[in-house]
This record gives sequence, C-alpha cells and structure tokens, in this order.
Amino acid sequence: MVDSVVVDGVSKRFKLTHQKTIKKLTVNVLKGKPLSRAFTALEDISFTLKAGESIGLMGLNGSGKSTLLKMISGVMSPDEGQVLTRGRIAGLIEVGAGFHPDLTGRENIYLNGAILGMSEAEIDAKLGDIVRFSEMQQFLGSEVRHYSSGMFMRLAFAVAVHTECDIFLIDEVLAVGDQPFRGKCMRRILELKAEGRTMVFVSHSAKQVLRICDRGLVLKEGKVDFLGSAEDAVDHLNYEVDDETDDSSDD
Amino acid sequence: MSAGVREPPAADQPLPPLVNPGRIGGLADVLRRRYLLKLLVRKELKVRYQGSVVGVAWSYVKPAVRFAMYYWVIGLLLTRSMENRALHIFSGMIMVSFFTNALSAGTKSVVKNKSLVRKINLPREMFPVASILVSAYHMIPMYVIMLLACLLVGWSPDGGALAAGVLGLAVVLVWGLGIALLLSALNVFFRDMQNIVDVIQTVVTWTVPMIYPFVIVAEKLEESQQVLYQLYLASPLCIAVLLNNRAFWIPASDNPKQAADVELPPTLWERGIVALLVGLLFVWVAQAVFSRLEGRFAEKL
Repeated sequence: MVDSVVVDGVSKRFKLTHQKTIKKLTVNVLKGKPLSRAFTALEDISFTLKAGESIGLMGLNGSGKSTLLKMISGVMSPDEGQVLTRGRIAGLIEVGAGFHPDLTGRENIYLNGAILGMSEAEIDAKLGDIVRFSEMQQFLGSEVRHYSSGMFMRLAFAVAVHTECDIFLIDEVLAVGDQPFRGKCMRRILELKAEGRTMVFVSHSAKQVLRICDRGLVLKEGKVDFLGSAEDAVDHLNYEVDDETDDSSDD
Repeated sequence: MSAGVREPPAADQPLPPLVNPGRIGGLADVLRRRYLLKLLVRKELKVRYQGSVVGVAWSYVKPAVRFAMYYWVIGLLLTRSMENRALHIFSGMIMVSFFTNALSAGTKSVVKNKSLVRKINLPREMFPVASILVSAYHMIPMYVIMLLACLLVGWSPDGGALAAGVLGLAVVLVWGLGIALLLSALNVFFRDMQNIVDVIQTVVTWTVPMIYPFVIVAEKLEESQQVLYQLYLASPLCIAVLLNNRAFWIPASDNPKQAADVELPPTLWERGIVALLVGLLFVWVAQAVFSRLEGRFAEKL
C-alpha cells in the first residue's frame, strides 16, 4: 500500500500576540512591553498512514490534536518538518461553517459542497443522496434560518459525508442529532472506511476510536505519548485518565 | 443510500502525488475554483438585498445625497460655468464609489469569513476577490443611469470614448483588487485597518476631478507647483476618473474636441496605460504579501 499521509518531524509554535490593533501595538512598543509569547503546540511529531488506514488522535484538551489535524488539512503549515498528503481531503471539520441562514437548504447544499471542493456536476449527482441522508426533503426550499439546530446540523453533516475524497478527517463529536441520526453517521463513516479512504479521527471517546480506527496516536503536551494499535492506545490512555466515562456514541 | 457512487481506485490508474496540503496557489487557485467563486458572489448579492427593501433603498439614497451635495453646494462655490456638470460629477462618482466600496468591503472580507478560513482549506484570496466582484456588480445600475443621462443630453461617443471607458474601468478594478488583497490580509493582524480605509477614502474623494473640474487643478498647479501637479496625476484613481470623463462627459459636450484639449491632461492615454501596468504589478506584490501572511491566518483569527 502507498503512503497516504506523511507527517515528518512536525513542530508548531504559536506566537500569542497581545495586541490586535495598530493602536495597542504602538502603545506596547512605547511602553516596552513584550509583544508576544511563544507557545509550543506540537513538537517533533512523525507518523505515516498507508492508504485506507485510519488513525485516532487522542489526548487531553490542549494536547495538540486539532492543531495536528489542521496541519493535515493544510489550513496551518508546520514551522518545522513537513506534512504530505495524497489525493483529495475532506471531512467533518467545522461542519456548517459555510452555511448562511438567509439561503435555502438547497442553496446551502451547493454552496457548502463547493466550499468543500465539489464541482457543480458532482453536487448535482450527489444531491439525491445528500437529501435522503439528511431526511430533510420537505424543507429544502426554506431558508436555513427557520431550521432547528438539529435540522441544520443534519444537513451540514449530510453534505460533508458525501464529499468525494481520499482522506477523510473527523474533528466533530459524533453526538449530533437524535440517536438514529448518530447511528446513521457512524454507519456512513464505517462505509467510507470500507471503501478504502484514509481516516484521521480526533476524539475523546475510546469507544468511537475503537470502532473506527486501526491505529491510535496519543498526544501529550504536543508530543507523541503513544503510537500503536487503537486498542493499545486506548489502554495507554486509560492508565492516565482513570475515569474515562465519555461514551456518547451508544448507537 | 447508494454509497457505491465512488469507484474504487483502479490499480492501473495513476496515483495523485504526495503533496504539501497547505501549498498556496494564490489567485490562480481562485480561477480554478470559479464555481465556488460564483456561488460566493451570488450569496453575497442575495444576502445583502434580501428581505430589506430599506437596505436596497439606502444603497441608492446615500450616493444620491452625496451627488446632490456635490452638485448644489459646490455649484455655489464654482466661479466658472461648466457644461453638463451633473454628468461630470457622476462619471467620477462611479469610479470613486466602486473603489471606496471595494476598499471597505474587501478589507473586512477575510475576517468576516473567519469560521471558514480557520478550519477549511480553500484559496483565501477567494474572499477579497468575491467582494470586489460584488462591488463591481453594483456599478451596473450606475452605468445604466449614466448612459441614459448621456443620451438625454446628446452624446456623440467616438472610438476613443469606448477605449477610455474600458481602460478606466480596468484601472479601478485592478487597483481595487490589489488594495483589497493587501488590506484584507493586514486586517487579520490589525483589526483597526478600518481607520486606514477611512483615510484613503477621504483622500480619494478630494484628489480626483469629480467634485471640481480638472482644468482648475491644471491652472493652479501646472506652472507653479509641478511636484503637486505630478503627484495629483500619479494617483491611479485620478487617471481612472479622467478616463471616465473622457468616455462619458467629453462626448456629451457641444464641442468635444475643444473640451478634451482644455479639460484633460495631454498625456492621458499614456498615463492610463501606465496606471494599468503599475496596477498589475501592485496586484502581484499584494498577492505575494497575502501569501506570506496567509500561513498565519488560521492561528490569528
């Protein structure tokens, strides 16, 4: 199998600046205050995913999981090392970010599909599947502002899980909507996996990771704490976090 | 659900290469994703005007009031009589109001879309470009009004008028794009860019021959204040306005040839072409700055 995602010695430091305006910058320069504070979010992370493999990124809040995911999606670039990916990337990241309340459901499907990189023809072809998945047939013509938050998320999820891609990233707790819809999302994700997509899954839920992922990566304060099979990664995490009760996906 | 839409990659199909997912394609990427650009522009147009008749009205009332002030108040101050002064003001206002709209909307464009910029990998130039296109779209009714006015007062356009109109439009579009790219990126780091935008807007309004005719500037500055005179003519907006005067106002005059000699600088064409070429260079520089800063957008927003 060929490499699908290569993360090679990646480090990322954030500069936390204390001023967001020219006015404050000038004041701080004149007063001789420090202008920024460095903060290491990731340090020397390396791993390789073969095509079709899936990995769970785990760790406490602030351990760098989401930052790593952003590097893989290309939204952020590493300060050191490099990230390489093969093929198209999509996923459940900030689902619904491109939705606009004043557009109808159908218009939002097209807009969001295009944001996620689909062509018009592709969205045309997938429209039926997306609508069926969201179970929102009768609301497609109304503006999204009239949707309930559950309906909104369902439509957003439906678009995201139908994006054509080779690498699928998930950074969204699968706790959206009612239980049947959650189950449907989980089944769809397993389906995408069965079709041979490479997956990167950020989660706190050991159960979800075990269902979706072959491998697990545990991050701790920006460093690799453990890299191995998903089962071992979950075990490893349990050593440190005794009370892992977060099991929201009992579908 | 038919999940089988996707065909499994055939063994003999060439694999896509391993690439850096964060690579930056710049404006070329925006062109490659025209469909998204089209939808973003359409969204903006629809959202801006939806459910708000008052909103639509405001966007016409404001320029109408500005026009009325320029026409009557400045009319009291001008000591010379001018042919078709309304047309002169209006042909300048089209350029200036496009540029100032593009400036303020373009500057906010990236920050306004921060939820997308932070999480989803798409060419970020998309946002300033879309806002420029929306501003350009709003020029259409103004052009229609001006054409009607021209026909009403008797307009005899020549080939030069057409060329001047196109060149003037190209100059403001290119400079608008460049400045929107530059300021939208800077606005991510310094949220008070709006102050700079306000300053530019004031300067632009008063340093183009819109409220007053160019001939006054020429008389007062050309002989005695060469530096100021050249500085005045160095502004791409000034050139764009003069070109638009050449396109609409001059051909509506009783004696267009004489009017062009008196009311326009002698090297208008050369200056127009230079303004366009320098503008393209400016877009290139602005794109380079944008690309440099873009890497830190996600963490700053």
